[in-house]
Amino acid sequence: MNQQGRPTRSSIATQDAPQTFTGNRALEMGEALIFETGREDFTGVDLDPPAPFRPRLGGLERKSEIGLPGLSEPECMRHYVRLSQKNYAIDSGLYPLGSCTMKHNPRLNEKMARLPGFGDIHPLQPVSTVQGALELMEELADWLLKLTNMTAVALSPKAGAHGEMCGMMAIKAAIAAKGEGATRKVVLAPESAHGTNPATAASLGFSVRAVPAGPDGLVHPDAVKAALGPDVAAIMLTNPNTCGLFEREIVEIARLVHEAGAYFYCDGANFNAIVGKVRPGDLGVDAMHINLHKTFSTPHGGGGPGAGPVVLSERLAAFAPVPFIRRDGDRLSLVEQAEGTQAFGRMTAFHGQMGMFVRSLAYILSHGADGLAKASEDAVLAANYLRVGLSDLMSAPFGDRPCMHEALFDDTWLKDTGITTLDFAKAMIDEGYHPMTIYFPLVVHGAMLIEPTESESLVSLTLFLATMRDLAMRALRGEKERFLGAPFYAPRKRLDETAAARKPVLKWTKPKLV
Amino acid sequence: MRYLPLSSDDRADMLARIGVESIDDLFCDAPRDALLKSPLDLPHHRSELEVERHLARLAAKNVAAGSTPFFVGAGAYKHHVPSSVDHLIQRSEFLTAYTPYQPEISQGTLQVLFEFQTQVANLVGMDVANASMYDGSTATAEAILMAHRVTRRRKALLSGGLHPHYAATARTLSDMAEDEMVVLPPDVSGNEDLIGALDDSLSCVVVQTPDFFGNLRDLTPLAAACQAKGVLLVAVVTEIVSLGLVESPGAMGADIVVAEGQSIGNGLNFGGPYVGLFATREKYVRQMPGRLCGQTLDSDGRRGFVLTLSTREQHIRREKATSNICTNSGLCALAFSIHLSLLGQTGLKQLARINHANAVALAEALEQKGVEVLNKSFFNEFTVRVKGDAAALVETMAREGVLAGVPVSRLLPGAGLDDLLLVANTEINTAADRDAFLAALDKGAKS
Repeated sequence: MNQQGRPTRSSIATQDAPQTFTGNRALEMGEALIFETGREDFTGVDLDPPAPFRPRLGGLERKSEIGLPGLSEPECMRHYVRLSQKNYAIDSGLYPLGSCTMKHNPRLNEKMARLPGFGDIHPLQPVSTVQGALELMEELADWLLKLTNMTAVALSPKAGAHGEMCGMMAIKAAIAAKGEGATRKVVLAPESAHGTNPATAASLGFSVRAVPAGPDGLVHPDAVKAALGPDVAAIMLTNPNTCGLFEREIVEIARLVHEAGAYFYCDGANFNAIVGKVRPGDLGVDAMHINLHKTFSTPHGGGGPGAGPVVLSERLAAFAPVPFIRRDGDRLSLVEQAEGTQAFGRMTAFHGQMGMFVRSLAYILSHGADGLAKASEDAVLAANYLRVGLSDLMSAPFGDRPCMHEALFDDTWLKDTGITTLDFAKAMIDEGYHPMTIYFPLVVHGAMLIEPTESESLVSLTLFLATMRDLAMRALRGEKERFLGAPFYAPRKRLDETAAARKPVLKWTKPKLV
Repeated sequence: MRYLPLSSDDRADMLARIGVESIDDLFCDAPRDALLKSPLDLPHHRSELEVERHLARLAAKNVAAGSTPFFVGAGAYKHHVPSSVDHLIQRSEFLTAYTPYQPEISQGTLQVLFEFQTQVANLVGMDVANASMYDGSTATAEAILMAHRVTRRRKALLSGGLHPHYAATARTLSDMAEDEMVVLPPDVSGNEDLIGALDDSLSCVVVQTPDFFGNLRDLTPLAAACQAKGVLLVAVVTEIVSLGLVESPGAMGADIVVAEGQSIGNGLNFGGPYVGLFATREKYVRQMPGRLCGQTLDSDGRRGFVLTLSTREQHIRREKATSNICTNSGLCALAFSIHLSLLGQTGLKQLARINHANAVALAEALEQKGVEVLNKSFFNEFTVRVKGDAAALVETMAREGVLAGVPVSRLLPGAGLDDLLLVANTEINTAADRDAFLAALDKGAKS
């Protein structure tokens, strides 16, 4: 009988952490690749062989190796759970990744998207068997149109950049319809634009003319006027812009663009700041994509899927791509062929990101008109709370004007510290935060773009603020080692990206036996 | 509002801290007359229960694939997905993370992408694969642009066996970019003369296998002919499960392989989100679109993964980027990778055999009834000629509780193919489902 019992406290006050046999550190465990642990002759899916049959493969049976290991279900669960534990996520902490809108993802939306009536229907079933799906798409479209005060919406684009492509195609089609396709070959874009804007314009055969922003971070009518001409097809302007500022002269810019016979494409990546507060249609916008995964909170999933419906003004509505929904009394149908319509074509197979439509409609219905406006307000409030709270330590490139949903700082304040924006970001990781967006927008040196979103409580915001202030003061005091080696506590230390790019290893290959 | 943590008092405190009177003072740069003074005249917030009730009512109006014998394919296929897949992709750390811009705290997503890239490359028989595209159709359009970059030619040839939505998607982008494109007429039998259509003005020829009508295409002779003319061979696969049984496009000589990955790990979802697969030869890697994950070491010498070769991408190269793609299909790629890691090649081969066996059984049963199957070869889907209008037949059979397939006229109206029906039979259907198909067909033929 052990009368002594189990020790309930450590007998040693502190000591250096020992090396472990496995290299693991308690909950933090290494995980091999499936190719290193799985077996090619094993499968974790029980499938009975089919009864004998005569194949009709026309002699094209696979003879080449495949090279795919199989895992049992327990091995599989453990592999992916362990991997998941090496990720930072919104559900684990504040994720202030500017321009990406990492807000809470309601789980009701996941549940709704998995209803068999939405998740388990085929895009080419008879339309008589999917009337509820079309009704949902129509209801979402109606909300998007009313929130933006626009005329038509193309739901099918698969992500924001795809939506940009769709909107610019509508503009190109409208220009061609006016017989100006050969002359209007230039797209204006501010230097602060997302990289997708110039990439989109270029892929459609436009050349890009940069419009400089003023010292206040805003695009000014004079600069637009100077860049406009009979060769200009459109301007691509983000609003609120990538510096987190509302383009104050946007109505005048729209007027000038229209006066010059061009179109106004608005990058709607930051629509989340103004939903229910300002309608882009009231500002003179002709086309705008809406990132459902940002503004209406469909999960970002480690890099998608997104969805990028595009709202169009009356001037562009007729050119919207197929498919679109047509209502005939109680009956809904899909127009799937561009031939015989003015539609400019088709963006993708089938009808778009239905799974994202369900989630974003659930989000919209949950918030309602009042909740959507409140969410925008809270996002702006939170960003300004951080902006003001950091402004005495960190440098803001465009003065102390209120920002919208994200607060932008530059690295002027780090000058002479020997610490870069990257170092500062990595030190945030050690404090348990995902860093903000860094080095974007490109127009600001060492940019730090902080977007807290409306999902943070005041307690959370205040702790984040205190942490950022502490780090900033350490940086200014010259505690370089705290930053240059960071992160110290992440699953990996800084990774060598230069080596990765110089000699790319993009897949696992069997080690050669010596 | 259940998703907004701030209280009225919090908001007042924060406004005071900021030094403004009201929230609208923060919207001071918005034009006065555009700033809405009150919420729009639209419904106000609703409880979970109310939203659930409303959406469930809409969902109930649809016929779910799993509720009936189901033979619909044409680029999206119903397969059984193990329960663990959906459980794992809903792990918060996968679901609510974003693109791994900070690799030290994104090794989970990055390792998954590295494994995904390896799985895809091995499956299609190519050197390298990217971290996913939106879907098969947009991947096809991107493959054509890539071929233009590699060959410095700007004209593509599309097979008449390519999925019509894929062709339309590629056509739209090509027209808009003012490139040239030749689209061959619908090729029901898989007999078109692609080799004869080749010339050295082409950047690429785009061929689907199994093709839209279900025929398997031997790409080997075409690949040799392409190589002789400096034309890249772009192979398209819309039913990725087929590669468990059918020779890989890579082994047959394709230069770029694009595919729809939905069949593995992902549900039908009325057409999206799906996952585009994109693979090519190592020598073309710097012309690829999309994200790439690569292996490297951290400063302690431990293996880790990062996004790499990003100098191809829009956020660095802007108007000189290989593509404008940014967000892709991360979570769908994860689902694909998990399902495939459970299957392994052993399970995949078996799954493919079952699919083929089911399709053969249905084709033979139809032939016994005197229905003409047009294919010389197929995997799990084939084309039959029916009496009268296939679209009307499908409606009739739907009323009999069988979703029978896709009338070719739905995708190719006016092509004179109104009596053709695409029928897919995957592992989800039983012998009883097959009998239900045959019985409903009889009823449909009589009506």
